[in-house]
Amino acid sequence: MLMHETMVAQSLLSMISAEAEKRNAKPIIARISCGVLNAVNDDVLCFAFDSVAKGTACEGMKLEIEHKQMQGRCKSCAEIFDVELSQPVCPKCGGEDFELQPDAALVLEEIEFSTE
Amino acid sequence: MYKVEIGKKILSANEEYAAKNSRLLAEQGKLCLNMISSPGSGKTTILVRTINELKGKIKIGVIEGDIQTDIDAKRIQATGAPAVQINTDGACHLSAAQVSSGLEKLPLADLDLVFIENVGNLICPSAFELGETAKVVVLSVPEGDDKPAKYPAIFAKSKVLLINKIDLLGAQMQVDFNLERAKTDAHKLNKSIEILPISAKTGEGMADWYNWLVEAIKNIRSD
Repeated sequence: MLMHETMVAQSLLSMISAEAEKRNAKPIIARISCGVLNAVNDDVLCFAFDSVAKGTACEGMKLEIEHKQMQGRCKSCAEIFDVELSQPVCPKCGGEDFELQPDAALVLEEIEFSTE
Repeated sequence: MYKVEIGKKILSANEEYAAKNSRLLAEQGKLCLNMISSPGSGKTTILVRTINELKGKIKIGVIEGDIQTDIDAKRIQATGAPAVQINTDGACHLSAAQVSSGLEKLPLADLDLVFIENVGNLICPSAFELGETAKVVVLSVPEGDDKPAKYPAIFAKSKVLLINKIDLLGAQMQVDFNLERAKTDAHKLNKSIEILPISAKTGEGMADWYNWLVEAIKNIRSD
């Protein structure tokens, strides 16, 4: 089955390739951040990226992936906190009623290029 | 080595299509529900019964997402409702671009409600906004009452939880499913989620679902 990481990998490859071409430089590392709902599995995304990058300027690149927690706004005390989905409780007042904030998007944060 | 800051969204193409779908639906005042569940939870059966029982009251169209085959679209079309089948050719979710082309093929102006039946999967579809009004998650009794705890993201993001196949509850059926546990776990993640236990087979509980739909359509029109 084509996992959703494949679509992410393809989109990532075309973004990085465009940046590399603009600078005529070899990309080495890409840093990515994502939210919970992006459901990105690091191993699967790296594997998918390796596969689509084969034979391109991005072959052999490393991906570093930062996962951002979902945030909630406590309805009792208005505290904004990282929602631990297994036990979602406000750390300030112990309230259990909260409004889920929009999940973090999948973002290509930065690319490191080789100077050679 | 040198670093270059980029700060661009990776799935921006999907988001643009989702925004376009959302605008189109809002302009025309249509309710659009993205139905997400594991394979075999009974999504299509729920839709078929809903369409049949609301005939003459609510006009419904369906975008069917499946990896392959048009089995589901044919089941919907047999009710007389318009249905568009989208085959994802191996992908585990529908994308907003696919929904966009699905919406173009439906007689949208004549409809009150569009159901998007996503590919059966509790994980990946939550990663792709489609421009829908709301997500509806379906959990069927044989899957087990631990699913809200094990797949929290989709339960946290859905407006409605339909607990289907409740006709299988009861000692003589030998299906272990604690309705209260599933409800408590889902509520922990999402206080405002509407939880409706139903059986699309026997019709039990379906009236509450229809009432929810009627209200949601009213709310869309008054917005």
